[in-house]
Amino acid sequence: MSTFLLMTITGIGLGALYFLVASGLTLIYGLMGVLNFAHGAFLSIGAFVGLWFATSIMKEATIPNFILAMIVGGLAAGFFALLMEQLLITRLYDRHIDQVLVTVGVALVVGAVLGGWFGNDLRLFPTPLWFLTGINFFGAIIPADRIIYIATAVGLLIGNWALLRFTRIGLIIRAGVENRNMVNALGINVRRAFSTVFFLGGFAAGIGGVLVSVYSSGVSPLIAGTYLIYGFVVVVIGGMGSVTGSFVAAMLIGVIKQFANYYVTGLGDFVIALLLAGVLLVRPQGLFGKRIS
Amino acid sequence: MNALELADVSVRINQAQILHGVSFTAPKNQVTALLGRNGVGKSSTLKAIMSLYSPTGSIKLNGTELIGTPTHAIAASGVAYVPEDREIFATLSVKENLSLASRSKISSEKMSRVFEIFPDLSTRQEQRAGTLSGGQQQMLSLSRALLNDNQILLVDEPTKGLAPKLVTEVADALAEVAKRETMILVEQNLALVKRIAQKIVVMDQGKIIFEGAPEKLSDSVWVQSVLGVSNRGKHS
Ligand SMILES: Nc1ncnc2c1ncn2[C@@H]1O[C@H](COP(=O)(O)OP(=O)(O)OP(=O)(O)O)[C@@H](O)[C@H]1O
Ligand SMILES: [Mg+2]
Repeated sequence: MSTFLLMTITGIGLGALYFLVASGLTLIYGLMGVLNFAHGAFLSIGAFVGLWFATSIMKEATIPNFILAMIVGGLAAGFFALLMEQLLITRLYDRHIDQVLVTVGVALVVGAVLGGWFGNDLRLFPTPLWFLTGINFFGAIIPADRIIYIATAVGLLIGNWALLRFTRIGLIIRAGVENRNMVNALGINVRRAFSTVFFLGGFAAGIGGVLVSVYSSGVSPLIAGTYLIYGFVVVVIGGMGSVTGSFVAAMLIGVIKQFANYYVTGLGDFVIALLLAGVLLVRPQGLFGKRIS
Repeated sequence: MNALELADVSVRINQAQILHGVSFTAPKNQVTALLGRNGVGKSSTLKAIMSLYSPTGSIKLNGTELIGTPTHAIAASGVAYVPEDREIFATLSVKENLSLASRSKISSEKMSRVFEIFPDLSTRQEQRAGTLSGGQQQMLSLSRALLNDNQILLVDEPTKGLAPKLVTEVADALAEVAKRETMILVEQNLALVKRIAQKIVVMDQGKIIFEGAPEKLSDSVWVQSVLGVSNRGKHS
């Protein structure tokens, strides 16, 4: 029973990291039809800026300092995303193939610059000691860092939901995911919604970058790639454009992967690939996606 | 005074020429009906006005050129568009659809005016628009346009696919709206056109072939030849 609990909660913790990447990807795709391959770069930028902040500005690895570093990393990635959108994506409005190529280019450039600057070896992220302790949860000893991942993901989900549900820009984003042209035809410049979504997607990915650094015991430009792939898998299984779908899919994938790896080391990726194939066959629009006519 | 003036408007999409130099005017405070057989370019003309297609030529709203202006700016300058397939936001509630469409804070006065015309909607404000009936969706699409102060309304086949009882309801609403708004109305229901239009414009194969008074619709031989329908019945 305690093993089951441990696997479930660590799996949800892993899923939380996937969700941080996927929440932005799904909205960017849903609203603009852009498959954003630069999303992994947002993650790396968040991680490195967070690392710089945690080591150079903050000297001690306390929990408040860590949270601050996470927010700084998130903001840096958010502004980078906004800059990319303003300088590159808006120029290629509605030219989806070109947009995808540009995002691939940005991903390569950011990866190369970070790799050249810092090297590709893991650099330790200053981690508060508490993260490394275990918490007794009904007899299962849960690594404390998982609680942080889950709390952050849930916080972002709630923040996202509140923004989409209760603000005018949220209303515009939801309507834009459904029918961009009609939003424009109502006299609303839908591009402002694009910028907001890029910023928020970058912010979530940047925060994810800092947390991934802790999870992977260090920062490296190479880590982003794996999470980007899992981000896309989550988006496809959850349904393109659905934040809730991404949340559910991310948790599902985290837990399934954790259990599979527990029984046979390395089986996790294979099982997830099967799950992806299964969803694509049975429900191609994803769990929460709109049916494509 | 003309609210809208089109001169030599052409639209090409990929290799296909959809509009071949369309020219006509829509006088202020009048309803101009845009008629023609299926596929002649009526909807495309409205989309060209909204910059949803990229036209060449000239489209002037109260003297200001619209060509080259982005869709959102055209709408914001007072051109309200009610598209052929309604295009309400299915996942949003009725209320959210309305508040999205309203360019200024919705006044209760405007809201009650809309609900006066479409009482069906007032009791369904929390309902998801996608679950409304076809007629109710059409009413919502019209309501979105009526919430703002407009220079002109572009309404594309508002009675299409509606049951006879609903056609009457929508027609009554349009007649009410026509009292105070300028409108370009694409409509196959000639009875409705005769009831509310002050001017008719007939298209064929991407061109205007007639511009004049609606009285011409009494000429059944002419109607049969340009619209392919008898002037008594509706199209299929
Ligand atoms: N996006 C497009 N791409 C290619 N062809 C198009 C496009 N939009 C319209 N057309 C073509 O242009 C012609 C005019 O279409 P349009 O929808 O304007 O006709 P319509 O007069 O509104 O017809 P209906 O009465 O059936 O609604 C049609 O032949 C149509 O197939
Ligand atoms: Mg049409």
